[in-house]
Amino acid sequence: MGIAELLIKIALVVIIFLVSLVIAMYSTYAERKVAAFLQDRVGPDRAGPFGILQPLADGGKMFLKEEIIPTNASPFLFIAGPSLAILTACIGSAVIPWGQRLTIGAYTFNLQVADINVGLLYIFGVISLGVYGIMIGGWASNNKYSLLGAVRAASQNISYEIAMGLSIIALLMTTGTLSMRHIAEQQSGFWHGHWFTWNAFSQPLGFLIFIVCAFAETNRSPFDLPECETELIAGYHTEYSSMKMGFYMFSEYINMFVSSAVMATLYFGGYNFPFMHHLGLSENWVSILGVIALFIKIFAFIFFFIWVRWTIPRFRYDQLMDLGWKVLIPLAIANIVITGLVITFLK
Amino acid sequence: MSTFYFIAFLSIFFSILVITAKNPVHSILYLIVTFFTFTIHYILMNAQFLAIVNFIVYMGAILVLFLYTLMLINLNKESEPRKSNLVKIAGFIGGGCFLMTILAALKAFKVSQPVILRDPNLGLVKNLGKILFNEYLLPFEVSSILLLSAMVGAVLLATKDHKTT
Repeated sequence: MGIAELLIKIALVVIIFLVSLVIAMYSTYAERKVAAFLQDRVGPDRAGPFGILQPLADGGKMFLKEEIIPTNASPFLFIAGPSLAILTACIGSAVIPWGQRLTIGAYTFNLQVADINVGLLYIFGVISLGVYGIMIGGWASNNKYSLLGAVRAASQNISYEIAMGLSIIALLMTTGTLSMRHIAEQQSGFWHGHWFTWNAFSQPLGFLIFIVCAFAETNRSPFDLPECETELIAGYHTEYSSMKMGFYMFSEYINMFVSSAVMATLYFGGYNFPFMHHLGLSENWVSILGVIALFIKIFAFIFFFIWVRWTIPRFRYDQLMDLGWKVLIPLAIANIVITGLVITFLK
Repeated sequence: MSTFYFIAFLSIFFSILVITAKNPVHSILYLIVTFFTFTIHYILMNAQFLAIVNFIVYMGAILVLFLYTLMLINLNKESEPRKSNLVKIAGFIGGGCFLMTILAALKAFKVSQPVILRDPNLGLVKNLGKILFNEYLLPFEVSSILLLSAMVGAVLLATKDHKTT
């Protein structure tokens, strides 16, 4: 790897990191505006035109607030919890292909940080690590509500990881690869032969299971039992203040962003858009349009996350476990069997 | 090679911390770090699939369950079971015998003839899958049945009390 390639990779990492943070910031704004719209309110409108500076004001508030570490909390783990949460949230985006090749001067490079050939499993591993931030923080707070929130987060993540893994297996049977870039390339264009190329059309049930599990893994409503306000005050982050609380909130929104990107890449064609090969544009322009298409899909998914949060009430704990173990896992196994039969007999 | 020695040192260091840590939750956290160093070992040996599966299954699932159980049962000084001196002596002798066996086995082991892989890319997903489902299909299926029977047994043990009471 030459110096130029290294610089390009570093630039890509910095850009993705900044974009993740900005999108996470403005997701909080979007969340409050959409909530206000759905509840027939105005929402934040004081800071800047339409309240557009509200996230900055919130960020400033988080930095300047007094930092409190409870007397009986374990000090190292209390700080390690939110740090781990934000770390695992940020490293997931490394294997997502953000666009096709881009040629600048003599250099041609992929808009992706790392094209490892177990990319999908890497994402899965990062997701399964995500729960540690919550568990360690909840335990270190030395508070009954936090502990209960942490325990709930653990059992919920473990339960939904199984269904998520099984839905991915059905996807792997159709794509035959674990590399995120190959999966995105296979969905090139929109229509090929006699069927859509996007995986959502060949794996509708798998996509449904995956999106439900993604909601559960990101602890978003209706699966936000770890921070259920009515029962557990705020769950695992009850004792947290200032920026450590901010880190937990940020990690939730970054997780939402990354899982939207994963869903767009795996099931909705990633950076591909209809008629991409018929526009007569140069490769660079198609790549740039592809990045824009991917971000439109990501924003659509983020909007969907927010929309569901302000529409569907929270599950009860036993309903959550029933849905995970008795509905999603059998459905995912049935999906694998159906996919296998279709592949064997139709192709 | 120096990377290997550094990571091996970390593995041993953290696994010693696992057994010396006073707090059971801390000891689980050290165990997580130990498993993470194992993942790095697998990557150094070019066994990508094994590395990532170790990452997902051991670090991401089994140890989460360990932590979960520990948080629920609330271990502390009062609830710690007291062991009699006889058990302690028996444990000491048993552990000593085990150490002797390991040392003797190490002495018989020839370090100058390390195992060399026929194919260094064996650990990649594609090659591993082909070998598992062609050459070793029967052992693979048998081990899956073994796991299934263990699972059924666990469920049976867990639900037994409800039926009788």
